[in-house]
Amino acid sequence: MNPTTRRRLPRKALAGQVALYALLIALALVYVYPFLVQVATSVKTEADAAADPVSLIPDPLTWAAYGRLFLRSDFPVWFANSAVVTVLVTAGRVFFDSLAGYALARLRFRGRSVVYAALVAVMAVPAVVLLIPKFLVINQLGIYDSYAGMVLPLLVDAAGVFIMKNFFESIPASVEEQARIDGAGTFRIFWSVVLPMARPALVTIVILSFQGSWNELSHFIVSAQSPSLTTLTKGVASLASGQLSQGSQYPIKLAAAALMTVPVAVMFFVFQRRIMNASEGAVKE
Amino acid sequence: MSALATAPRRAGSPRGLRRGEALAGWAFTAPVLLILGVFLLVPVLMALWVSFSDWSGRGSPLSSDVGFVGLDNYAAVTTGGGLAERDFGVALRNNAWYVLLVVPLQTALSLFLAVLVNRAVLRGRGAFRTAFYFPSVTSSVAITVLWLFLFSTSGVVNTVLARLGIAGPNWFNEPSGVLHNLLGALGVRSGPQALTEHGFLGLSWWDWLAGPSVAMSAFVLMAIFTTSGTFMLLFLAGLQNLGPDVDEAAMVDGANGWQRFWRITLPQLRPTLFTVLTLGLIGSWQVFDQIYTGTQGGPGKTTLTPAYLSYQSAFLSQEWGRGAAIAFILFVIIVLLTILQRWILRERR
Repeated sequence: MNPTTRRRLPRKALAGQVALYALLIALALVYVYPFLVQVATSVKTEADAAADPVSLIPDPLTWAAYGRLFLRSDFPVWFANSAVVTVLVTAGRVFFDSLAGYALARLRFRGRSVVYAALVAVMAVPAVVLLIPKFLVINQLGIYDSYAGMVLPLLVDAAGVFIMKNFFESIPASVEEQARIDGAGTFRIFWSVVLPMARPALVTIVILSFQGSWNELSHFIVSAQSPSLTTLTKGVASLASGQLSQGSQYPIKLAAAALMTVPVAVMFFVFQRRIMNASEGAVKE
Repeated sequence: MSALATAPRRAGSPRGLRRGEALAGWAFTAPVLLILGVFLLVPVLMALWVSFSDWSGRGSPLSSDVGFVGLDNYAAVTTGGGLAERDFGVALRNNAWYVLLVVPLQTALSLFLAVLVNRAVLRGRGAFRTAFYFPSVTSSVAITVLWLFLFSTSGVVNTVLARLGIAGPNWFNEPSGVLHNLLGALGVRSGPQALTEHGFLGLSWWDWLAGPSVAMSAFVLMAIFTTSGTFMLLFLAGLQNLGPDVDEAAMVDGANGWQRFWRITLPQLRPTLFTVLTLGLIGSWQVFDQIYTGTQGGPGKTTLTPAYLSYQSAFLSQEWGRGAAIAFILFVIIVLLTILQRWILRERR
């Protein structure tokens, strides 16, 4: 090899590297910039937001939008409702999904394959198709416009059962057999032997349930109507269509959108590693 | 002592143990079965009944004064010739264009992002992945609110376009179809008679070919923005499962990066590609949150989708039978398209 090409190759590779990083940084900017605009606009005055929407520096800086949301709107009620529903749904799913997942993975009983097939069928039903159906039953049961109607239908999910089932199948049964020989009942084994070992899978369920119920909109539209039961998604959606405001009121709307993103964002950054791995595990085929 | 106590139990035949297991099995699955039965199976059956009835939303749909009307509700939206049929046609057209754009674009972009951040030697790999994935964790309502601001008439997007010398459209207030606009720019302002005089579901073929409205296009961009991160993770997992040996062999044979991607990597990613396309197809036929939050079907019904139309018919117009019928037709469309797609992408020998 002659020396000129040898020196040229790394230079070409370097150019490639620079181009790659430039492309990646540009793309990342496109993905991140909207959220920066959201936060920046929420501390702008309405006039400033309209005059210079692109700028990330508020001129002047004002917390008026947040003040308005917390002191003179139903925003705190919405936030509290979302929190209550999310906590109850997450707790319910962690418990019931792992119970059923354990039964499907470990317990032998007549009808197990039928239960399994039924859960697969359930997962195939698109959620949007269930809007009217869910309202009909909630209404028929007399739990329309109550926490019961908002929480109960979300309390279990078939996908979570599968995640738990797959996890239980992946751990050796020997520990449970030891406990069984020692005379522990099935629930006792599940509760004090199996569940503590299932932490990684339980964290996955917590993440998915938290995100799912915090971001849920359509179910709350069909299960409740009174202002005192409005969740964040429903409340902020009503803000978007302009029920609080004269004019565009973008700082207030974006402040509300930013605040409702905070809990899921915190969740995401705390469990970042787990989330990336969870979705990787979910599609192993 | 404990050995003595457990000895008879152990000897007490596995059958006794098994019987307890059967009971526990049903007890453990009972809560899930009960809740899914009451809030999923029963509702679907009830809604099926409502779709064949003239229930007006007052009282219980199961009471005796609710009449059975056969396929009337289905007929009203498919062959009725009235506004209901036209609305359904418009909603199908809007959503079909949405799917046609969103599914290929989100798949291509997420694959592209995955390939970019999959490099072994890449500084800030985690940061880039986080940036691309973050939009996926936020709620559709929050993103829609943000999108309404970004794409407002004098919003961020139009300001940036203006700096590039382009006059941006009035995004969420612009009902004109993108394809019609392109043809218009070429001087074609109305369709040939063959297309304008005949049609389907109360909509002329010319109108079916309008393309997504400018407003719908903004939603298309939003869908791509929010889903590409999730699908990027799926592709990353797929890429990481591939062994390096085939790729290295191809490299030794002198294949360049481009050839290796199309001939080696992509065929091996087939299972992931299949998953992404299926999830994308199912998801993009269920456009509801964005429309409810952002446009309520406007402007000029060009962001109306079957899912939103179903909600609107039932909850706002009290046409419950019609709303339920639309939901079931949508269900059938999703199932049929999923089957069709499986058939097209099946493994050929």
